[in-house]
Amino acid sequence: MTPSASTGFWRRYSRNRSAMLGLVILLSALVMAASAPLIFPGSPFALAGQPRTPPGPEFMLGTDTLGRDVLAGIFHGARTSLMIGVLATLVSLSIGIVVGGVAGYYGGNIDNLLMRLTEFFQTIPNFLFAIVIVAIMTPSIQSIIIAIAIVTWPAVARLVRGEFMALRNREFVQACVVVGMSDLRILAFHILPNCIAPITVIGSLMVATAILVESGLAFLGLGDPNVMSWGYLIGAGRTVLRTAWWVATFPGIAILLTVLAINLVGEGLNDALNPRLRDR
Amino acid sequence: MTKSHKRLLFIAKRALYGIPVILGIVIVNFLLLQLMEGDAVDALAGEAASATPEYMAQLRERFGLDQPIYVQLFAYVRNVVMLDLGYSFRHDMPVLDLIMTRLGPTMLLMTTTLFIAIVMGIVLGLLAATGLNTWRDTIISILALVSYATPLFWVGLMLVLLFSVRLGWLPTSGMETIGAGYTGLERALDIARHMVMPVIALSLFYMAAFTRLMRASMLEQANMDYVTTARAKGLTERRIVWGHVLRNAVLPVVTMGGVQIANMLGGSVIIESVFGWPGLGLLAFEALFARDLNLLLGIFLLAACMVVVANLVIDIIYTFLDPRIELK
Amino acid sequence: MSNPILDIRDLHIALPPHADRPFAVQGLDLSIERDEIVCVVGESGSGKSLTGRAVMRLLPGPHVRATKGVIQFGGEDLLQVSEARMRSIRGARIAMIFQEPMTALNPLMTIGEQIDELVRIHRREPASKRRERARDILDDVGLPDPAKMLDAYPHEMSGGQRQRAMIAMALILEPELIIADEPTTALDVTTQAQILRLLKELQAKHHTGVLYITHDFGVVADIADRVVVMHNGLQVESGVADEVLNRPQEAYTRKLIAAVPSLTPGQRQAYDENDTALETQDLRKTFHTGGGLFGIGGRQVDAVRDVSIRLYRGTTLGVVGESGSGKSTLARLIVRLLEADSGSIMLDGQDQRALGRAELRKFRKRVQMVFQDPFGSLNPRYRVGRLISEGMIIHGTSTSEARRRTAELLELVGLETSAAGRFPHEFSGGQRQRIGLARALALDPEILVADEPVSALDVSVQAQVLKLLDDVRDRFGLSMLFITHDLRVAAQICDHIAVMSKGEVVEYEPTSRLFADPRHSYTRELLGSVPGRDWVVPDLT
Repeated sequence: MTPSASTGFWRRYSRNRSAMLGLVILLSALVMAASAPLIFPGSPFALAGQPRTPPGPEFMLGTDTLGRDVLAGIFHGARTSLMIGVLATLVSLSIGIVVGGVAGYYGGNIDNLLMRLTEFFQTIPNFLFAIVIVAIMTPSIQSIIIAIAIVTWPAVARLVRGEFMALRNREFVQACVVVGMSDLRILAFHILPNCIAPITVIGSLMVATAILVESGLAFLGLGDPNVMSWGYLIGAGRTVLRTAWWVATFPGIAILLTVLAINLVGEGLNDALNPRLRDR
Repeated sequence: MTKSHKRLLFIAKRALYGIPVILGIVIVNFLLLQLMEGDAVDALAGEAASATPEYMAQLRERFGLDQPIYVQLFAYVRNVVMLDLGYSFRHDMPVLDLIMTRLGPTMLLMTTTLFIAIVMGIVLGLLAATGLNTWRDTIISILALVSYATPLFWVGLMLVLLFSVRLGWLPTSGMETIGAGYTGLERALDIARHMVMPVIALSLFYMAAFTRLMRASMLEQANMDYVTTARAKGLTERRIVWGHVLRNAVLPVVTMGGVQIANMLGGSVIIESVFGWPGLGLLAFEALFARDLNLLLGIFLLAACMVVVANLVIDIIYTFLDPRIELK
Repeated sequence: MSNPILDIRDLHIALPPHADRPFAVQGLDLSIERDEIVCVVGESGSGKSLTGRAVMRLLPGPHVRATKGVIQFGGEDLLQVSEARMRSIRGARIAMIFQEPMTALNPLMTIGEQIDELVRIHRREPASKRRERARDILDDVGLPDPAKMLDAYPHEMSGGQRQRAMIAMALILEPELIIADEPTTALDVTTQAQILRLLKELQAKHHTGVLYITHDFGVVADIADRVVVMHNGLQVESGVADEVLNRPQEAYTRKLIAAVPSLTPGQRQAYDENDTALETQDLRKTFHTGGGLFGIGGRQVDAVRDVSIRLYRGTTLGVVGESGSGKSTLARLIVRLLEADSGSIMLDGQDQRALGRAELRKFRKRVQMVFQDPFGSLNPRYRVGRLISEGMIIHGTSTSEARRRTAELLELVGLETSAAGRFPHEFSGGQRQRIGLARALALDPEILVADEPVSALDVSVQAQVLKLLDDVRDRFGLSMLFITHDLRVAAQICDHIAVMSKGEVVEYEPTSRLFADPRHSYTRELLGSVPGRDWVVPDLT
């Protein structure tokens, strides 16, 4: 992107108040994730105080049934959620861009075959599929990332295919062919840069989805047992809902705010990136 | 050929399309089984806790597990086609029978939720779009945005906290009051009371999704040329919305309904486990904990088949909504 | 000018605060009598369409609105009447026909339902009578089997049929005034001729007043009684059609009319009949559409069927046809954007299709293309300099040499050399086409394939780009294959013309002979359909 285009982008983005709010919340989540080992050194699984201490001066958000600090759990959980969200999205984008790109650019039978495959994966109930994959591979960060990527790539593939197909028939791409450019050069320099905007937008929204899926898995007991996560905290608080409401409540708010923030940022990106697409 | 004949043919064709999909799912299921550490004999041996290697080899031979993989696949597919989904050792019951006992509650929960989510989504999206940039639109849009970001299980827990723990209005779990011996209308009301929270918790996210889509779709359609034509005919804005825009705007919502059914089945695992709703989702949750993977895969297979059927139903509905669909 | 049905005085239409000018329309005076067709003609951005919308009070959004003036209709000022009153006028007393009938009709309702809706809200009549009325009007506009058409959906009809249905809808309540906004622009030329004839016929029968908005002076010549010429929101000239068309007074009008290509072919230079630049033999391409995996159950369309044409060195061969005739496919087969199913493309007596990859690269250098869409044919992400030089660089030219050549080419096509540092969106449509031409010339080709290079441009810009193309061809000794739907353009720039219909070349002749003595019935139909064919464009130079 050229300097003038990027300042224009930032001007459009910063004018959007809800997108800015989203960005601020998201940045705070990132700060929480980054500062977790500094503010709460040691394992978040370690006993910190009396079990079921209500929120108060000692523990801002209270402790759970085993006396673990909920706030520490939320800080450490931010690391897990954001990391899994971003990594799963990257894996999913890679699969989706390759499948969708090949289908959209080459068309014909390759496209037919790949799209049937994509539709097939979309038919499979995705959260259930993720559960089955994680259960069979045994829960770990890797298996969770793989599971989320497997169930989310079809959406990317469909989007990328649509974009590539439309661009493939655009006259400026045909001009590249006529001039004698190789397929790879056309794909990399002329088609892909023109769908960065929609890919960015869907990517940001997918981070939100991935965080929701991860928290759901962890809630069901399918999280990585070695890392703290928001879904795990809520799952742990579930049994003591009557006596220690705070254990399940606060991590849920953390998920809600983070996912909301990412969605707002995604919409802001969409609005800020789209005018460029319209006047091309 | 008349239109209804064409429609029947179209439906038959779409139904045929479902067959390779289901076959594909069976194969995925088989592959997942292969991925599992250890096979059914290990599981059995684990149950029995006293099996010699010779006995296990014998068992493998009996189950055909020493055969090449494609033979096993073929046998597996044949079993599934014969509606034999295997045996749940934990429950000591064939998987299919087990699933069938739990299908009803899930269907009840799903259809109710889907209906509420779609209808409310359409209504709210319509209200937001027709009141663009007024307080009505702002409130609906914010609520949708927040609901869209809230994890289902947390909503469930918060509802329990509020309505059961604090207010004591609604039962926390189950489908009906055990041992109350209600019949008829009384029983229906009892079930309805049990359903309120699971349905709200499960529908909230999807309602938000449908609301957002409906709103966007309405706004998109409102810019179409045919709307200008309708204005040039002298129609009132109300008539334009109800007679022209609404019908066109609903189409993408219906399409997404098909996609969301698949997601909702996943959501029901969570919601059923939160509320102890005795359906497939809870069964899957139990299977997960008991490491009863045969059962889990059986549920998975059935869920996928349900999605195929649901998509067929959506296709049929679509043929009535959109005349542009080519019925051949 | 006794008793006009529509009388617009001093109309001002304001644009949003940040637009390039404060008013879309400024001080327009216009009146229409009963039984009269008034054409508002102008280039894009002239404010002609908004004028039509203003009469219907259908201006888009809160920022574009009529701020001053009077629109007198039936004793009322339409700018002042209540919204309810306006609704009772729309559709019943003033009807509107739009440019694109596909999108102007609701895709989910049958034609019958859409017509019926109009009658139902304005008249109290029993359903059976309404249906009868609708059937009659469909019959009047020449739709086959009107009873069946009532139950047809828009997608089941052809473009021409849809526009007929729109006209039927406009006429059914016998309005005093019809506003037609470019109603034939989206149609093929033969369909356009039919629709124009129909509109004129029905207008005369019902004594309707028509406000006809168009950019095409040919259309004006065919149907206008009076003409209003607009430019940048201002009324440039108005008067009786004959006066304005043949003796225009204002400089702008003279410029516009001078830019209309004449239907009489111009003088062309001699060429060597033994020197062929490019030849196709029995070129054929079939498309498979629909169907499932591996195209099973789909349909087949013969886009190009056994086409054999010859392009002589240093000449321009026009390929003329309507949409779906296969002319664009033929162009893409020749530049090898598409691979033909069979047949050959001969260059220097060699079939290029039989050669390998290395030869394809050489071929690419020799045959270049200019595209139709000035907005879509340049990658929006790169500066013009890169767009022009990239081709040279991948064919082995050094960067500095490529930069020098780019500057040269920009000057050649009439742009500043500084254009190289700017992005495509900073240029107008005509300028972008010049950039596209520079890109094609960068590889120093022998053959230029131009696919409707001027059809997206305004008429005055069109004339400049055409002249540039012809000059360039002449200067570099290029041979050009020129694809167009416009016979006027073809008459001016082509040495030979191949007429295509349904994938086949039905007639192939030197331009002058084709215009003087068309043999094939389809060619005759095409020539007979050119708007304004009876109007001899005056020589204003």
